[in-house]
Amino acid sequence: MENVILEEADNEVLPMWPDNLMNAAEKQFNIETGADRDMLEDVTIVDDSSVADFKRLLELTSYSEKGSSQLAYLVKSWEYKQANAARLLNEELSILNIQRKETELKKLEIIEAHRFEQEKHAGNKRPISILEEVYDIWGAAPRRINDGHAFNKIITIDAEYNTVNYWKQRAIQLEKLLEESIQREQMLMQKLQDNLNNLQAQSSPVDELSQILKRADNYLHFILQTAPVVIGHQDKELRYRFIYNHFPRLGEEDIIGKTDTEIFTGLGVKESQEFKREVLERGLPAKREITFETELFGKKTFLIYVEPVFSKAGETIGVNYLGMDVTDQVIKREKMVKIREEIAVQKAKEKELNKTIHITEETMRAKQMLATMSHEIRSPLTGVVSMAEILANTKLDKEQRQLLDVMISSGDLVLQLINDILDLSKVESGVMKLEAAKFRPREVVKHVLQTAAASLRKQLTLEGHVADDVPIEVIGDVLRIRQILTNLISNAVKFTHEGKVGVNLKLQSEKYLSCSNGHDEILPAENCSSSLTKANSLKSKSCSNKGMLRSREDKEDNGYCKIATETASLASEEKQQPCEKIVLLHCDVYDTGIGIPEKALPSLFKKYMQVSADHARKYGGTGLGLAICKQLVELMGGRLTVTSQVNCGSTFTFLLPCKVPQKQAGSDDSDGESSMSHCEAKHDINLDVLNGSFLFKTCSLSNGFSLCGSPARKSNLLCSGTVSTSIAGNGLSEESGSDSYRCNEEAVSEVSQGSIQVNRNKSEILNIKEKEHQVNTDSFDVSIRNNSYSGSADKVAYPTCSPLGSIVEDNSYQIYESKIPGQHHTLEKEQNAQITSNGRSDFPKTGSQPKILLVEDNKINIMVAKSMLKQLGHKIDVVHNGLEAIYAVQRAHFDLILMDVCMPVMDGLQATKHIRSFEEHGYWDPSVTCSDSPTMPSGTKKCRKRKTIIAMTANAMAESVADCLHNGMDSFVSKPVTFEKLKECLQQFFPC
Amino acid sequence: MDVRQLQRQWIDLISALFREGFLDAQFTQLQQLQDESNPDFVVEVVTLFFEDSERLLNDLCNVLSQQVVDFNRVDAHVHQLKGSSASIGAQRVKNVCISFRNCCEERNLEGCFGCLQQVKQEYTLVKGKLEALFGLEQQIVAAGGSLPMM
Repeated sequence: MENVILEEADNEVLPMWPDNLMNAAEKQFNIETGADRDMLEDVTIVDDSSVADFKRLLELTSYSEKGSSQLAYLVKSWEYKQANAARLLNEELSILNIQRKETELKKLEIIEAHRFEQEKHAGNKRPISILEEVYDIWGAAPRRINDGHAFNKIITIDAEYNTVNYWKQRAIQLEKLLEESIQREQMLMQKLQDNLNNLQAQSSPVDELSQILKRADNYLHFILQTAPVVIGHQDKELRYRFIYNHFPRLGEEDIIGKTDTEIFTGLGVKESQEFKREVLERGLPAKREITFETELFGKKTFLIYVEPVFSKAGETIGVNYLGMDVTDQVIKREKMVKIREEIAVQKAKEKELNKTIHITEETMRAKQMLATMSHEIRSPLTGVVSMAEILANTKLDKEQRQLLDVMISSGDLVLQLINDILDLSKVESGVMKLEAAKFRPREVVKHVLQTAAASLRKQLTLEGHVADDVPIEVIGDVLRIRQILTNLISNAVKFTHEGKVGVNLKLQSEKYLSCSNGHDEILPAENCSSSLTKANSLKSKSCSNKGMLRSREDKEDNGYCKIATETASLASEEKQQPCEKIVLLHCDVYDTGIGIPEKALPSLFKKYMQVSADHARKYGGTGLGLAICKQLVELMGGRLTVTSQVNCGSTFTFLLPCKVPQKQAGSDDSDGESSMSHCEAKHDINLDVLNGSFLFKTCSLSNGFSLCGSPARKSNLLCSGTVSTSIAGNGLSEESGSDSYRCNEEAVSEVSQGSIQVNRNKSEILNIKEKEHQVNTDSFDVSIRNNSYSGSADKVAYPTCSPLGSIVEDNSYQIYESKIPGQHHTLEKEQNAQITSNGRSDFPKTGSQPKILLVEDNKINIMVAKSMLKQLGHKIDVVHNGLEAIYAVQRAHFDLILMDVCMPVMDGLQATKHIRSFEEHGYWDPSVTCSDSPTMPSGTKKCRKRKTIIAMTANAMAESVADCLHNGMDSFVSKPVTFEKLKECLQQFFPC
Repeated sequence: MDVRQLQRQWIDLISALFREGFLDAQFTQLQQLQDESNPDFVVEVVTLFFEDSERLLNDLCNVLSQQVVDFNRVDAHVHQLKGSSASIGAQRVKNVCISFRNCCEERNLEGCFGCLQQVKQEYTLVKGKLEALFGLEQQIVAAGGSLPMM
């Protein structure tokens, strides 16, 4: 026991760092004990890197609070250690004492036991034991110690009570133990004495302290040797008292006793001085990053830690400061910040890009959807409707006809709905392109009203008023504007049971648009002939849908001379006046109908929304009309609004910005008037052009209506009938025909003049002009020829497309030759329709067989197409490739060529190019000249008439269609050819 | 067999053909083109298609088995086949032709072989089905009935 304790005391090794130092430094020095001593020995400490005012340092140690407390710690720890040692020794001493007492006790017991035994043996005799003396010798003091302590031992001894021998032996053993114990006691006493001596020999606390301090100093040197830090102490006046700098630039004498500002100058010096002073005043340590730019060490950033130093009285007597060069870190940090910024920007960009990509994808998908819709739904449906219409012209009994009427009208409705949806998605997906063409707002209003009146089935008054200041002609997408008007009016009519529906067109404001760099920007459509051609085909398609609206319009346009002159004047003016006017057309469509409740107004223009389900049931419709109107108006840069009062009526108003072509801008001026006067003088109808008010009253539903198939078609026919009559009534005679011819000639010359002046980048426009030229000459031919026997304006009824003239001409030939017996039923039905609707018998003669050439290499396709054309009432010639087609064209005349695009030997595009080239120049390219064509009528005007060439393309993608149109084809039918597609396409070119 | 039953079979068969995509609307077009003046139009066209396709498929096999494959010729043949199949509404044949042409464009010989196999298979399938259909039609006509309207 005792030994262990002693050993522990011996083994207590002093740590390298005294406890107190560790405490003072708040365990900042985390070092392994043991290894450090060696490390320090290896290190050579460079003393010169620190410059110190040692006196001051000493003062610091003795006077500053920290210094004194540190010393106190050291002293306390020393005292504690000494006390500890003394305590340990005392403890040992007391233990030994206890042991000695125990031993004595034992001895006493033994003696007593012995005595008892002797009493037993000797009876009354009182023997004197030898041990008695021993007892006396050892005895007195322990006797005083209580017996109770040894009581247990006595009992054990009692238990072991045995023989005298046993007791003797036991006494001897105990004796031995006692001796040992005495020996140990003596040893301990010796040790205690030694320790006491040692204590005196040990060094004084000051020596120890200075040693520790030295060690700390060495250690600090070791640490600071390579650290890029400056450590300093400055007094109250911020004069350096101590500085440690690993990279000293200045000598000791330059620094000690001076302030920062005295030592060096430059950016940041003052700041650091201020900072130190602040710390000094506030008495709280602080950190700050300061960028220096001094002559001494250039531009560097230091992280400075300043800590106030207090005297024992609690006054600040200076600051300790520690500066670390963090220039690299700052640069890195700045770089990081920059990089982070860049990353953020990049990410934002990426996000934006992704969004754009997403949008583009969506648009693409929408476009695809559109294409699918158009092919998948519209074509079969047109098939259904047109078949039903054909059926309507066969012999049917009353009930069948009624059923068929229902079928056709529902079919028309669905078709309209699909067209609406397509329009809507076209606008939404950005596919919808607007045309920019001249049109006459008055006529548009009039025609729309006329159309509405014609299909009106209730007693309503339709009125229209166009203000005088509205230009005669404006530029815009007439088709769309007409669509908007028609939609609004039919809407108005639908919800109006009595009273009137009207259109009010006036001018909101006008402004000039400077357009010094020409028309190219403003009329993008004109830049691209293909898009225009497409648009044309679209137009004519929709005209076939809408029941020949277009043709009527053209009829009323009256006098191609006018168009021609205006075109010519426009062409010349494009150069003269680089300024264009924009007017804001204000159009009200009002009715005296059921009105719209206020709460329904917000959702009015939303898709598929109707005022209420009740309305939907009662009035039908899809709720798309107004949405389309709004989108179209907005697409054109306008605005569509509505005001309404329940049971009083509604007014839909749209504002449309439209450009005004130059001449018409000053229609009130004498200039404008005179430019038109030569035409106006000849045609009374021009009065109508300027007249801005129209009134249509519905008469009772009458005459031929019940005789025809579709109600829509019927009414349109009726309409066109009345219009043409009115034209005839206006006295368009043979004379006017020749007049218009003269006008044409003038126009042509003017056009060509204009064309010459037009510079290169307007060559597209030039092409268009020439097309118009073509139209004009064609129509001229027709009117001359036909005037001779009819003198009716109907002969010029379909001049939208160039080849028309030739068809008409051909027809009249055929009619002269013979009345072909057994004409196809389609034709007959058209005849019937025409006859019933306008009561003329000469009209259908124009509809007889045109000559069609089919160019196709696939036998099956030929068979199918042939059969379809047969059903449409056409007999065709067939050749199998482009070259054969050219030979065929060289041999005979064809009005229309259906041309496969992809063919062996020569493809459709090339063949078309050759044919077009021939039409233009009058001779064939030598490579395609057929040697054995005896009747090659080269050069004759008749055969050089432009043939209609319709492409049949397998992949109806935009590119290949554009290719077709670019190569001079007039239209296209996508493959596989269906009856409806073929019919629709042919209808564009043959008015059947 | 009862005419009505035959007619029902015919309708089942043809609707299955449409439903399973063997035929598309173009075939309806053919049916519409058939009338009193041209009572066997569909059969004629389809027979022509069979002849033509077999010739084309043979040619395709030949061209593709050459040492150096002339992809332009392959493409031309496939174009023909695509055109004819599209014309009669043999949709599945047409669809394979489309991927066949893509393979051609990529000069992917392996793909071409695959497509050839596929197109042969589709052709055989549709041929069998159509022949069955025509067979039924003949039976119906022989039994004195008329083809039901679709």
